[in-house]
Amino acid sequence: MNVLVLAWGNPSRGDDALGPEFARRIAALANGLPGVEVLTDFQLAPEHATDLAGRDLVLFADARLGMARPLAFARVSPARDASFSSHAMSPGALLAAYEAAFRRAAPPAWILAMRGERFELGEPLGAAAQQSLAAAVAFAESLLRDARPARWDAAATVAD
Amino acid sequence: MAAPLETASDPERLRRVAIEPVTRVEGHGKVTLLLDEANRVRQARFHIVEFRGFEKFVQGRPYWEVPVMVQRLCGICPVSHHLAGGKAVDMLAGATALTPTAEKMRRLLHFGQILQSHALHFFHLSSPDLLFGFDAPVERRSVFAVAAEFPDIAKKGILLRKYGQEVIRVTAGKRVHGSLVVPGGVNKRLSPQERDYLLADIDRTVEWSAEAVAIARRLYEEGRARHNGFAAFPSPLLSLVRDDGALDLYHGGLRARGADGATLFDHEDYATYWELLHEVVKPWSYMKFPFLRALGPDAGWYRVGPLARLWNCDFVPTPRAEAERRALLDFEGGATRAATLAYHWARMIEMLHAAEGIRALLADPDLLQGELVVKGERRYRGVGVIEAPRGTLIHHYRINEDDQIVRCNLIVSTTHNNEAMNEAVRRVAERYLDGRELTEGLLNHIEVAIRAYDPCLSCATHALGQMPLAVELRDATGAAVDRLTRDADGGVRRG
Repeated sequence: MNVLVLAWGNPSRGDDALGPEFARRIAALANGLPGVEVLTDFQLAPEHATDLAGRDLVLFADARLGMARPLAFARVSPARDASFSSHAMSPGALLAAYEAAFRRAAPPAWILAMRGERFELGEPLGAAAQQSLAAAVAFAESLLRDARPARWDAAATVAD
Repeated sequence: MAAPLETASDPERLRRVAIEPVTRVEGHGKVTLLLDEANRVRQARFHIVEFRGFEKFVQGRPYWEVPVMVQRLCGICPVSHHLAGGKAVDMLAGATALTPTAEKMRRLLHFGQILQSHALHFFHLSSPDLLFGFDAPVERRSVFAVAAEFPDIAKKGILLRKYGQEVIRVTAGKRVHGSLVVPGGVNKRLSPQERDYLLADIDRTVEWSAEAVAIARRLYEEGRARHNGFAAFPSPLLSLVRDDGALDLYHGGLRARGADGATLFDHEDYATYWELLHEVVKPWSYMKFPFLRALGPDAGWYRVGPLARLWNCDFVPTPRAEAERRALLDFEGGATRAATLAYHWARMIEMLHAAEGIRALLADPDLLQGELVVKGERRYRGVGVIEAPRGTLIHHYRINEDDQIVRCNLIVSTTHNNEAMNEAVRRVAERYLDGRELTEGLLNHIEVAIRAYDPCLSCATHALGQMPLAVELRDATGAAVDRLTRDADGGVRRG
């Protein structure tokens, strides 16, 4: 399997660090996760479409505001939303951009959203975010050790 | 003295329209319009909730951490802050002249940043408006429509940006959170393998950049009457220029030209920029309004960025970009000098210059060999200035005996362009919105004007679910009478 884990956020902006910290911890597991590549960035951008080529599965991960639970996990479909027009794209828009630009079906993809509350510059991860992170890493590890679409679909949580 | 439409005399009697935040503009921009009962625009303002936490963030930290720390300031242009902060730290470290290897490595990194940023802005943020029109249905005014109707443009846009990011990855060592600049120099040179890797695609990158200039120029020419006049106004221009007057995005002296093109000052040392520039506060905005001291706050506000740079310099030191600059300046008797929408054309010329510059640097053996760092006598004040993708970027630090930062001041490109963007909003409001019922298409005109300057207020906080747009119509009593919302997924709904 060829699996991409793509997590994003600013490491110096409080709970926005959830994405890069998640990436760091999953990368530390990567030796035990053959076929898994981990990438991180400040945000999703159009050139990340080039990272989707040849993937069997894609796992996006990011901090999210306003969640009732620490984690949410859901399938992502290509979406021609307007986030393309920002410097920061949505996962669905990235998939759609890949399909539009490269004339190929996007790989199956899921988003793991981690609950964040505060995003101030210079702040560390908050206590609640730390808990979300620990839960997310454990959850993702179980997914990545059994990287099958049916398995991931079965693990999807109710939309938050 | 306030500009016309900046401040209404009777705001309590007017209807308020707020656009918050402005989409396709990073950060928290907000436009407010006050309309009277006949929908006549009486006041138009572009506010920015400026990011001001950085000064506190760096206080007490050792100065040599600056080049790395400042990358966290902005996820859109971390390289620009890395370079400007690094130049300020050079001064603190007493490094008055870098080694050839260090300076060229930094210039290569900077060209990579210019290329990727300009590609993103033109192909992804602005091309839908330019290709389909400002009033096109919102579902058509998207990069997906561009991909459907102009697939070659969409694909090249992605790959041009990707190439710029690869230049950054190779020079800074990592795709993100890399680091090249250290006090007095850099921490790496290119290996022959890295050079060859970048050389493999550079000819294609130059050609595609030239094609992008042609697209931007054609689009401008096809709509020449509208583009010459849309949010157009004369103003002074500010930028760095090289000693011989050439465009220089990494280093030089400050040059300002007046609205009439006359040189106001030239080759001024940016280390004492405050003798030339001053900032004024207005009670309705969180962002300061810089101006040229010699002209005062009313006449001295100015523009920075691609258009300002190309009009300010004497020539571009790469041949194809210089030929394109001549065409830009000669177009219809110099009409582009005042034209906000000519920023897109200028931006693509600079992208071509960056591609040509990368190709020239990759042929230079200094990238592969030579000393990396120079040392000097430590100082207490450091100022670093570069021409970032959006315009002049100033970093200014003071440190104490323990090498800790005690004061920091940043003037970012968006701040320099603050009054210009406000003027653009006023012009559009007066020309297109005055007396008409507001629609999404009309409001997009305002965004088109702001977007031409490519303001970046991002602090890279972008958690899912943010970035909605809401337009509220309020009557004279303040009661909401209508509401238009654009959600984070781009959908527009009423109510």
